[in-house]
Amino acid sequence: MNALAARRRHPAAIAILLLLGLILMGAAYAAIAPRPAQAAVVSADQVTEGKQLFQANCASCHGLNAEGRKTGTGDYVAGPSLAGVGAAAVEFQMGTGRMPMRSPNAQAPRSDVVKFPAEDITKIGAYIASLAPGPAVPTDEMVDPTKGDVAKGGELFRVNCAMCHNFAGAGGALTRGKYAPSLMGVDPDDMYLAMETGPQSMPVFNDDNLSPQSKRDIIAFLTATHDYEKPGGMALGSMGPVSEGLFAWIFGLGILVGCAIWLGQKAA
Amino acid sequence: MTDSGLPNPQQPPNPHVDRIEDPMNEQDTHRPGDVASGEEFGTSAVRLDEGHIVGHGGIPEHFENPGLPPHTPRTSDLNEAAAKRAEKVVGALFGLSILGTIGFVVAYFGVDIRATAYVPGIGVMGLQHLLLGVCMGASLLGIGLGAVHWAKTLMPDAEVVEMRHEMRSTDEARAAVVQTLNEGAQSSQINRRPLIKYTLGGALGLFALPVVLPVLGGLGPMPQKSLSLTFWNGGPSGPGEEPTFKPMRLMRDPENTPIKASDVTIGSVFHVLPEGLLTLEHGVLEEKAKAAVLLMRLNPQDIKSQKELDWGYQGIVAYSKICTHVGCPVGLYEQGTHHLLCPCHQSTFDVTEDCKVIFGPAKRPLPQLKITVDAEGYLVSAQPFREPVGPSFWERG
Amino acid sequence: MTTANPTTARAADGLRAGDQPVSAPPSAGARRIGGVAGWVDDRTGAAKGVGYLMKKVFPDHWSFMLGEIAMYSMIIALISGTFLTLWFVPSAGHTIYDGAYTPLRGVGMSEAYASSLHISFDVRGGLIIRQIHHWAALMFIVAVVVHMFRVFFTGAFRKPRELNWVIGSVLALLAIIEGFSGYSLPDDLLSGTGIRAMQGFVQTAPVIGSYLVYGFFGGPFPGEAIIPRLYSAHILMLPALLIGLFTAHILLVAIQKHTQFPGPGRTNDNVVGFPVMPVYAAKAGGFFFIVFGVIALVAGLVSINPIWGYGPYDPSPVTAGSQPDWYMGFADGALRLLPGWLEFNLWGYTFSMNIMPGALILLPLVYTVVGIYPFVERWITGDQREHHLLVRPRNAPVRTALGMAGISMYSVLMFAASNDIIAIKLHMSINDITNFLRTAFFVVPFIVFWCTKRICLSLQRADRNKVLHQRESGTIIRTPAGRFFERHDDLTVYERWPLVDYEAAAPLQLTDGVDANGVAKPASRGDKRRARLSHFYFKDVVNPVTPAELAAAHHDGHGHEAIEGPSGH
Repeated sequence: MNALAARRRHPAAIAILLLLGLILMGAAYAAIAPRPAQAAVVSADQVTEGKQLFQANCASCHGLNAEGRKTGTGDYVAGPSLAGVGAAAVEFQMGTGRMPMRSPNAQAPRSDVVKFPAEDITKIGAYIASLAPGPAVPTDEMVDPTKGDVAKGGELFRVNCAMCHNFAGAGGALTRGKYAPSLMGVDPDDMYLAMETGPQSMPVFNDDNLSPQSKRDIIAFLTATHDYEKPGGMALGSMGPVSEGLFAWIFGLGILVGCAIWLGQKAA
Repeated sequence: MTDSGLPNPQQPPNPHVDRIEDPMNEQDTHRPGDVASGEEFGTSAVRLDEGHIVGHGGIPEHFENPGLPPHTPRTSDLNEAAAKRAEKVVGALFGLSILGTIGFVVAYFGVDIRATAYVPGIGVMGLQHLLLGVCMGASLLGIGLGAVHWAKTLMPDAEVVEMRHEMRSTDEARAAVVQTLNEGAQSSQINRRPLIKYTLGGALGLFALPVVLPVLGGLGPMPQKSLSLTFWNGGPSGPGEEPTFKPMRLMRDPENTPIKASDVTIGSVFHVLPEGLLTLEHGVLEEKAKAAVLLMRLNPQDIKSQKELDWGYQGIVAYSKICTHVGCPVGLYEQGTHHLLCPCHQSTFDVTEDCKVIFGPAKRPLPQLKITVDAEGYLVSAQPFREPVGPSFWERG
Repeated sequence: MTTANPTTARAADGLRAGDQPVSAPPSAGARRIGGVAGWVDDRTGAAKGVGYLMKKVFPDHWSFMLGEIAMYSMIIALISGTFLTLWFVPSAGHTIYDGAYTPLRGVGMSEAYASSLHISFDVRGGLIIRQIHHWAALMFIVAVVVHMFRVFFTGAFRKPRELNWVIGSVLALLAIIEGFSGYSLPDDLLSGTGIRAMQGFVQTAPVIGSYLVYGFFGGPFPGEAIIPRLYSAHILMLPALLIGLFTAHILLVAIQKHTQFPGPGRTNDNVVGFPVMPVYAAKAGGFFFIVFGVIALVAGLVSINPIWGYGPYDPSPVTAGSQPDWYMGFADGALRLLPGWLEFNLWGYTFSMNIMPGALILLPLVYTVVGIYPFVERWITGDQREHHLLVRPRNAPVRTALGMAGISMYSVLMFAASNDIIAIKLHMSINDITNFLRTAFFVVPFIVFWCTKRICLSLQRADRNKVLHQRESGTIIRTPAGRFFERHDDLTVYERWPLVDYEAAAPLQLTDGVDANGVAKPASRGDKRRARLSHFYFKDVVNPVTPAELAAAHHDGHGHEAIEGPSGH
């Protein structure tokens, strides 16, 4: 028999076979998976172009005139009405890769793959803004973390945000599979937009609830604590005592039991 | 007990000789009158083809404890070079400890307390903290690992036997104790003098009371009506206090600014405290723990409870933020489903149905605060809470 | 280094006879130590005791070190805790922070919280000591639990060690209360939320609930008394109890001597191992430094309880992912799983049956059940003898299965406490997780019991198989006549002994229904129950191989009946 067959009973053989299988499946999927659609722009006007982009990519869930669409099963909604969400909401949802949603789900997750170039997003935003007045995209100064009061932002964050997003912004669970996502690595712009537009389950923190200055304070707080050194070492996901307990059981006990076993073994 | 004693010390069993080669081998011829293995089964063992023979047969009922296995020496016992190597390793570990201690001292005095460093896998962390931890770890581990390695390689590793004694005292000892006790009781005359016996019992039984009573009595005030009142009743609501109601503005927490009805848009949530609470001299947290309120605006068509509509203002509703389970603040408002979720134990309240419980361990819905607007358009309370807020208690009713 | 001729096997009691007297003259250092020791002995007569202690023999098995991990972790927590008391201010008094951590500058907080921040950021080495303290506390309780498992599954709680088991159960309960009081001292948002939950469920106690909470807290929640009171409990009352009980625990081990696993040379009447001087002094002493070193290393590299992130306690905010430290998880999980409809009103009074069972009853119940188990088992088995030899878990299938079932119930509750963390990390719905765990709490223990018992019985049969047929070597031998058979490797008597050194068990039988005069004596209900439980414990037994069975196996060659033994299935 050849060398490969001679090693067919090697303990690693199963692991290698599984790995090969996984790689093959992944490659096959990547090859035949559908690619996101590219829109062809015809007209010169931004709002008109935005409307065409919208109808090509978003209307199937949000309705031809952004009036929203029900799925037909009870109260479930394929896509809510976008009247009044403003350019800010479009900027947030499409700019963070949440929209267009890949598949029907409890929640649209953030994605690094932003499916549209920035100009297209602005055009769609212009179209939506033309339907009804809504929140606008913030200026750079409004989201500049260096201009915010970190301590005040912390107080505001803990009262308004930590119960969903966790004290460090590491994210938290909501009901029925929804969740408040992690705020680590999120742009100040997107933070502002999210507060302003109240995407999906998040409440709307309009300027009368959290003034623009307060919003900037919160952004400053998040930026400072995320960039801030981890004074004590590895943060274990900033999830609190659960990860600490897990670490103690697995690594703490593991290392000490390992030492105990070594201690009891007869020397060579 | 399974052991019937250790084997005869004069003739220790040697497992490596006198064993029939491969007893599973069918080709082993059994010589008549022979047994499978002399040592294992005793010399008077009986073969199974010899018919029914009454008696023990010489096969012991249980296996015998073979005694300590022969001691195998370690390389450091046999080989002086290996022992020297072991010595060097132990020395190196103790040396590592010394280095760790020196490193700790240097890091303690020499490193700036605010300095940070990037550590792969962790990120930017406090440099002094890292160095102190690693050096202390080295300092201690060096001693520990060195000592253990020393014990394993160089100290004698022949097993030692210590005999046990029955835990029970001897009968004589027990009898002696009983006798001493009896003599003592007799000579103290306690049995002859019942007055002493009974008054002693009474005194000893009661003496703990003066010690215990001040503790129990002084731990805290009686709650009186405090659990059923909140700051919304008109002011401080501690034990013995009787606030009189006046409408109080709803103020943002923590900014302490009043809220206009037009500020509250559909889908928003405000964290609210009564006017005057945040500027109290003392008792702020105690009042907050009962008075925290959530303000939300829903589309009036979505609200299914008439009472909720009546107690709200144009779809703006105010509910106590203190969970009716064990008192955590119910902060998570899901704008889309109009559900309030408590992060502690996941009690879920439906704001469209008067905050009734739809999931989780809470039983009672969140109490609603009736609100209206004042002359300037700011939201104010119309009456205090009509039931105690927060967790249940026995006399709640 | 030379030793006696290594190839001769020595009988166990032959070892003592060969002691060699020390022949080398003492060095100057030794003479000086001898001088001091003599001075002390002149005044205390301590030489005999010290000599006895130094010669004490301890058996060698890594699982016996688990209690040591607990002990050392406790000592480390005591030492580091003492350091912390030099800087911690146990006061709920209000202050404005003005220290080094900028995101909290100007924020109002309690003195306790501010002093904890001070320790973390302004005291040199403060943070490492704080983290060592908290990691040591976690490791302490982890080790206590694992040590308890070891003692339970090996049957080390049997006579004469029932008292030590009870002391250990109390120690375990005190340890988790000590931990809870400790992590609540910094008065941060997370631990304060935990205190709020504690206040909420104590309040539901029937009749006295509201008085209890106003007593604990010195008034309405949160009040200014709880932090100083928790401090007093944490540094005074609980450590005193812990140290006192733990000393009794250790003394009992010294008096009763440590148990040992069955093995060649090990009997119920001896202890085989190594003496304290010098081997165990080095090994156990070294292990203290190892435990301390590992904890210090972990404390330097891994953050724990980042109070600066949580912020000061305030009843209005809360963080997602609010859990107590892991050892309180089972109580928190019970609170999450108990459904709300269990609460009801009667005659104007509220019976919070959705809170009381999980919060007030569960904790003492678990530790009581744990504490009384040795007595229950003794009643069932009727075993009054002293036991110093341990039992491998597989040789006590029902005990092991009961223990695993109990652990599975505890684990379901513990995982329930982290249901929201599981939900976000595994992208699941917390509602589904909660409902699943509610069912699992009742179903999983039965499944675990059954599986564990079957696994134990199978392992016992595998052991019997190994004794009867030795190890199959995989080498096929072909005889000239054309027959094939597999050669079986030898099992030495030393390897065989631990496989057969356990007791054949049988259920207790009810005695006759009549007494000596023939008068019918109804067996008391207690006796009947006892016999039924004994039957439950011992109806499926796999007994150890006897020499007769081994002889039968050798002669039969293919005797599969010999594998099962006379009473197994």
